Amino acid sequence: MSVITIVFAVLFYVATAILLVFTAHKIWQYAKTPAPLKIPTTPAPTTRSGVVFRMIKELTIFESLFKANKWTWLFGWMFHFGLLLVLLRHLRYFTDPVWGWVVFLQPFGKYAAFMMLAGLAGLWARRIFVDRVRYISAPSDHLMLLLLIAIGVTGALMTFVEHTDIVALKAFFLGLFVFNWSALPADPILIVHLSLVILLMIIFPFSKLLHAPGVFFSPTRNQVDNPRERRHVANWAARLESTKTG
Amino acid sequence: MAAAEFETPKIREYPIIPRLQEGVMAHSKPFVAKPDFQEKLGYPGELVDNWKEVAIEKMGELTGKYRSLQVFLDSCVKCGACTDKCHYYLGTTDPKNMPVARQDLFRKVYRRYYTLSGKLFPKLVGAEDLTEEVLDDWYSYFHQCSQCRRCSVYCPYGIDTAEISMAAREVMDAVGKGQKYCNEIIGKVHVIGNNLGLPEPALADTLEGLEEDVEEETGVQVRFPLDEKGAEVLLVTPSADFFAEPHIDGLIGYAKVFHQAGISWTLSSYASEAANFGMFIGSYENMQKLALRIRQAALDLGVKRIVFGECGHAWRVAYSFLNTLAGPFDFLDPDYPVPQHICEVTHSLIQQGKLTLDPSQNDDMVLTYHDSCNVARASRMGDRPGGQFEIPREVIRSVCNHYVDMPSYSIGEGTYCCGGGGGLLTDDLIELRVKGALPRMEALKNVVDDYGVTHMAAMCAICKSQFSKVFPYYDFQMDQVVSVHQLVGNAIVLQPEEENRSEADQSEEAQDQAEAA
Ligand code: HEM
Ligand code: SF4
Ligand code: SF4
Repeated sequence: MSVITIVFAVLFYVATAILLVFTAHKIWQYAKTPAPLKIPTTPAPTTRSGVVFRMIKELTIFESLFKANKWTWLFGWMFHFGLLLVLLRHLRYFTDPVWGWVVFLQPFGKYAAFMMLAGLAGLWARRIFVDRVRYISAPSDHLMLLLLIAIGVTGALMTFVEHTDIVALKAFFLGLFVFNWSALPADPILIVHLSLVILLMIIFPFSKLLHAPGVFFSPTRNQVDNPRERRHVANWAARLESTKTG
Repeated sequence: MAAAEFETPKIREYPIIPRLQEGVMAHSKPFVAKPDFQEKLGYPGELVDNWKEVAIEKMGELTGKYRSLQVFLDSCVKCGACTDKCHYYLGTTDPKNMPVARQDLFRKVYRRYYTLSGKLFPKLVGAEDLTEEVLDDWYSYFHQCSQCRRCSVYCPYGIDTAEISMAAREVMDAVGKGQKYCNEIIGKVHVIGNNLGLPEPALADTLEGLEEDVEEETGVQVRFPLDEKGAEVLLVTPSADFFAEPHIDGLIGYAKVFHQAGISWTLSSYASEAANFGMFIGSYENMQKLALRIRQAALDLGVKRIVFGECGHAWRVAYSFLNTLAGPFDFLDPDYPVPQHICEVTHSLIQQGKLTLDPSQNDDMVLTYHDSCNVARASRMGDRPGGQFEIPREVIRSVCNHYVDMPSYSIGEGTYCCGGGGGLLTDDLIELRVKGALPRMEALKNVVDDYGVTHMAAMCAICKSQFSKVFPYYDFQMDQVVSVHQLVGNAIVLQPEEENRSEADQSEEAQDQAEAA
């Protein structure tokens, strides 16, 4: 077994562990931190189901972003929807037999890479050319886009230009699940692609990519607007109650 | 002094997003609170020696107490959607007034001390040590946020810069660098009961004067009761309503509404303030202490309902927080929401046909209406989302014949703050207030030019004071801002004989009438 296979097998285990453990820790932190006051941005739904609908709109069509800026919305949506399709298409490397709906997505997922890359390019252009967005960008904001673009480009190269040994690759991943490793094809493009993906997995829980779990916990979006009907008291606030008169 | 020279921005025909001009508002800082005021609220009198440690520790305490803060500090992707949404950025062009840049002043310190990436690679992720310059920037720019929540409407994660501003102000209070205007006012309410420090005798005097004025003008005795036990309604209103223009005309309007509807009501000298500045400084404890005065007054006076007068941030604290801070209000009449907004009361009376209105009394005006930021984006009226936009407009339309809305991007949930909210309504911040009013002034100019609008109705004590002050800078007259209930008051047709009051009032009134006869 080659050194590369061993190194990547170990790296994938480590990266997956970091991604899962630290993201779970963040989610746990968000869940356990109280929201002592009702602060939905109004007009807000007055029922739970209304809130679910509001959240679905935020998650699927980026409703607030649409109100804010059509270009950012367009590029952002192209990137995320493209990414989603690409990720779903990748399921075929991890499942055997491949699920029917993943097979169905295959052609869309293939070309979604271009939508994703176009979106990323648009977002980066905004970051470089719009003075307001440039002002608020740290180096990591540029590098994050660069990283995603590099992942996308190396991936697309393998899909459309320099095919790698997909059968061997799939055997490698399936082997990881059962701790029975098989050789990873040593194509340079694949190695770069996988290295960057591992990097992305590791930085996910320590970066702004926390917006993905964070969006579900945003009190301005996920609270029901019913403060007059229902009394809402957080634990630490309840401790102050003893000072209350009457 | 802060009375430095500055240029009033020019009203442009179409709003354009301005280019950045770094540091142009760095000099804008409110006066720092004096030691005795700080200490009265339980904060250190002046900047403590180990302020860095205290500040960093406080920051950690707050992220553990407020999910909003924790999630917002982590989640921002710097997409820039909020960058052109703040009236202070639009009016001043200072990049640190872009909501995300304002948050970043706080976030960069959070990252440095509380995140792995910020500890390991500060330069890479824009993390920074807490230094005196940073604290200086905090003091400057967290007092250039009116906590209006406009940015939170447009952020894909609902990140509300107001939450960050409140936290930053709380941290500054904890290290002994509080703001004079807010903290002195809070101190006054704790002791006397209102922002102005108006004691009971002065209040009683003012109300008596008002009764005389209204009687002189209408020939009808409309009462302005104070501390009357057993009244049905406790009215809690911003203390500016007792003396400022055009606020006081709003107060007259409320009194006329109650009078004609035959609802007995009272003000309280103990809880003679609707505004709750505890929110501005992010202090749950102070906010709760102020809110409890209202509960106490309601109990002492034995009222059945609590109604709030026209105020913006006050209505947020009342609508969204009062039940949490000072509830449960199970001793009040369960048929009414607690608390109610005066517009809700008037609106439902109009719908029930209980008010006699003559809209032509307002025919000398062509009106538009300014949605107050905290009514629009932090509260509601009525039982449907968006009632906070419809109910005041329906009230205005029932009492006026000429009404038009300002451009759609500047009203409703997208409304621009007046420029003076969130604890900034002080003369030491006049430059900020004038510049921050620009987007509203442009929207107003638009309907003045196109539809001949003569007056803008507002429903918040801060908005009214702010507009009276800044209108002249933009070549409007200060009396072009009116109270919503001033319009209602103008239109109510009072008839001396159709008086139906509560029994307690009637006996007293019989006496008064006998005296008058
Ligand atoms: C719950 C799922 C997610 C939602 C709702 C979501 C939503 C958003 C939105 C609304 C934006 C702002 C618009 C934009 O700049 O594109 C954004 C930005 C971004 N998202 Fe996501 N996202 C999600 C998951 C992810 C994931 C899994 C990744 C990457 C692996 C990701 C990477 C990014 C990046 C890098 C940006 C910043 C783009 C820029 O620099 O302009 N997102 N996301
Ligand atoms: S809350 Fe209002 S004042 Fe503060 S940053 Fe957001 S838009 Fe500006
Ligand atoms: S809109 Fe929200 S996520 Fe985007 S830069 Fe502003 S605060 Fe950050």
